[in-house]
This record gives sequence, structure tokens and C-alpha cells, in this order.
Amino acid sequence: MSVTDRLIEPQAPPPEAAKPYTAERLLGRILLGVWLAAGVGIAIGAAQGWDTEKFVSYGPKLLSGLGVTLTLVSLSILFGAFLSVPLAFGRMSRNPIAFWASYVYVYFFRGTPIIAQLFLVYYGLGSFRPELDAVGLWWFFREAWYCALLAFTLNTAAYQAEILRGAIESVPRGQSEGAASLGLSPRISFLKIILPQALIVALRPYGNEIILMIKGSAIVAIVTVFDLMGETRRAFSRTFDYQMYFWAALLYLMIVEILRNLWTVLERRLTRHLKR
Amino acid sequence: MDAITAALERLTTLLDPFCGPAGVFTWFAGGSLLACGDAGWGDEIASGFKITVFLALATLPFGLVFGFFVALAKRSQEPSLRRAANIYTTLFRGLPELLTLFIVYYGLQIMVQRFLGTLGYQGPVEINAFAAGMVALGVVFAAYASEVLESAFNAIPLGQYEAGYALGLSRGRTMRLIVLPQLLRVALPGLGNLWMELLKNTALVSVIGLPDILRQTGIAARVTKRAFEFFSLACLLFIILALATSLVFSYLERRARRSEAMR
Repeated sequence: MSVTDRLIEPQAPPPEAAKPYTAERLLGRILLGVWLAAGVGIAIGAAQGWDTEKFVSYGPKLLSGLGVTLTLVSLSILFGAFLSVPLAFGRMSRNPIAFWASYVYVYFFRGTPIIAQLFLVYYGLGSFRPELDAVGLWWFFREAWYCALLAFTLNTAAYQAEILRGAIESVPRGQSEGAASLGLSPRISFLKIILPQALIVALRPYGNEIILMIKGSAIVAIVTVFDLMGETRRAFSRTFDYQMYFWAALLYLMIVEILRNLWTVLERRLTRHLKR
Repeated sequence: MDAITAALERLTTLLDPFCGPAGVFTWFAGGSLLACGDAGWGDEIASGFKITVFLALATLPFGLVFGFFVALAKRSQEPSLRRAANIYTTLFRGLPELLTLFIVYYGLQIMVQRFLGTLGYQGPVEINAFAAGMVALGVVFAAYASEVLESAFNAIPLGQYEAGYALGLSRGRTMRLIVLPQLLRVALPGLGNLWMELLKNTALVSVIGLPDILRQTGIAARVTKRAFEFFSLACLLFIILALATSLVFSYLERRARRSEAMR
């Protein structure tokens, strides 16, 4: 038996092991330095080339362009969401006609560049002017903005249909079997049991799709819609000031980062019951 | 060297699926708008197709290797390196590809002009659209590829590295002989999606004047006033590329999985 009659004095923690100055650290510092230098260079360039007149005349234009971009994207995401529902059900249907029709639709819009689709709608359908005049739709296809809205809606519907289908199929079969055994009708069990679980799965892909659409919408500038990119191009062609592109880049980055963080918060909030 | 390029030229004309001896347009489009030669637009569109494919193929290795190193940097122990890599991906995943392309195209132009200006050259400078497209698309591809590869890295257990070191392999050889083959297998589906995106993004380079599929069909559409037909053809060509991609990648995935146990 032993009795402790003396406590060990509290001691300072051992000194931290000196981190060796590795090549990795050197490289990391150099690269961070490069980013810093680029940032400072752009800032200095902006300060040197600062022109209040230019800022006053083109700043609001860029912002209104941003408004056009956001309107276009939100409308096409919304309309695309409506259109994606029948497409997603077509993809899951056992009816061969519905299946193949939606399959071909989705494959076409996911397999071709959105810029080619936009050209197909704007220049391609626009070349049928007499026919469109006859059915009274010419006012729609005359405007580049409506054409862009149509092309983007059709495009995002294909992507959203795939997201929706994947999410619905990711819900385990036992869920619908459980609902059926409780005597719920298929409609109720879909709306109250399958869909809420599917939409949580679909949340992140939907966020990515919105970000992709915001980035993809820059191409409307080519068909003379003055969105953020279009206004930037117009400002650049008038001033030959390369900085315009940096301002546009800043705005795009801001929007995308805000959305991304918003989505992280949203996802954390909506899945808090799934945390263990 | 000349002999090699000549032989390559002859080979590509021989194997040209559109205007070669066994080409679609040669056989089925004679006399129409798509005829080869001066009579139609077949050969222009065929050359556009070739440029699209070449641009994507030329961007791929550069983007993959660069993306691999960015992924390595993101997994580094060193916080400053991780931060630098994260800035890179945030930047290029957040910017529209078209804007990146313009920034690279005009930025390179201004930079080269300034550089030549210091050397005393004052003439106009024109940057090759192919090179600008390659840089811009490669940079964007690398940013996305680094994300795919990073998540593939996470799928490889630490024990694989430890086993490599225990066998006395150096870090480089462990990476090359043990980790990389498994990494590619895990990352293959993701990389397939990125390759599809890359193919579609090449269409953007037509905006700065590269005569790719979209540019050539656009010219044909403007001249002949048959926009719908020609842009449909452009979409069809991209669909063909997508089909070829899915064939190749399903083969690659099957091949990569051949050593896995049957379940």
C-alpha cells in the first residue's frame, strides 16, 4: 500500500514541436502571395483608372443588367420547375411513349450546349416569320428576351426533371409500402410522404442548378439581351476599359457566393431533424 | 516533321466521317446544302466538328493534370496551400465560363501588347482564339476536376498509403502506383460528366471567333437563311458527341471495374 503525500506541481505544457519549413509551406505562401498580388494589382488598377463619370454612367447600367439576369433566371427556373414535373413522371413511367418522349427530350437538352439551343430558338424559329405571323406568335419570337426565356426554361426543365426523378427514386420503397399499408391513397402518400423526403434530397442539386443557370445566362449577351454580361460588353466596347470585366466578375461572384451560403444555411435548417 | 504532319493530314481526311471517302455528306448530301467542296457547307461543318473535338481533347490533359495538383493542394497539411487552392476553385466555379473566356482573351491580348510595347513593338496583337479557349476552358475544367478528384481522394482509405510506405515505396511512387489507379477508378463517372461539360463549353469559344461547329453552322445559317436546319444540325452533331462520350465512358468504367469482385 502506498500513500501519496506529495502532489506533483502543475507544470507548463511541453513546448510545441517546431514545424519544419517544408517545400509545401513555401509553395503555399508563394501561391497565396500570387493571389494577394493579383487582388492588390486589380485594386490598384481600379484606383488608378478611377473615373467618377464612368462609374456614374455605367455603374447603374451594370446593376440593371444584373436585374435582367436575375429576372431571367428566376422566371426560367420557375417555369422550368412546372415543366419538369410531367417530364420526371414520364421518365419514371412504364408507358413506352411517355418514357421515350421524355427520355429524348432530356437527352437532347442535356446533351447540347445551351448556346446552341438559344441560337436554335432565336435564329432558327425566328426564321419562320410568315408561319409565326400567321399563328400570331411573332411578337414572342421577335424579342430576344422572350427567346432566351423560352430556351432557358426548356433547358432547365430537362435538368430539373433529372433532379426530381433521382430524388423521388432515392426514397426507399418501404416508405410507399408503409403508406399503402396505412391505407393512404397513392396521391396522399406521394404528396405527404414521398415528396417531402425527395425534396430534401433534391435541395442541393436544385441549388447547383440555379447557380449553373446564373452562370449560363451570360450567353444571352450574344443575342443582344442586355443582362449583366451584355451591359458589360457594351460598356467595354464604348470605353475599352478592361476593368469592366472585373466589375462584372465581382458581381457574378457575389451573387453565386450569396446563393451558395444561403443554400448551406437552408440545408442545415431543413435537415436538422436528421442530425444525430 | 513535315512528313508526319502530311501523313496525319491524309489520315484525318481519309477517316473524316463527313467529307472523307466514306463520309456521310459525301454519300448522302451531294447536291444539297451539305455537299462537300465549294458547292455546299459540308466541308466547313466537318472542319468545325474537327476543331471542336480537337479543342476539347487538347484541353483535357492540361485541365486534368492541373486539377489533380489543385486537388492535392486542397488535401495538404499546410493551411496556406489549402487556402490558395480554395480561392482558385471558388473563383473559377463562380464565374460564368463566357466571362472567364473574355477575361482570358482580352487580358492575354492586353498583356502581350504591353509586353511587346516594352520591347518596342507597337503593332496590333491578335491572340489565337484556340489558345485562349484552351486556357479558359482548361482553367475552369481544372477547378471542377479538383472537386471531383478531391472527393475521390476521400474514398481511398489511409491504409493504402500506409501500406505503400510500409513496403518502402517513396511518396511519389505510392501516389503513382497505388493511389492513382484507384483514384481514377473512383473518379471516372465524375470525370465523364466533366468531359461532357467541356464538350458543350467549347461552343462558347465560337463567340471569340474560333471556327468550331457552332460558328461554321452560324455562318452557313446566315448566308443561306436556313437557320433552323443548320442550328438543328449543330445540335445533332453535339448529340453525336454526347453519344460517343457515353459509349467510351461506359467501356472505360467496365474496364476499370474488371478486377473488382462480382457481387
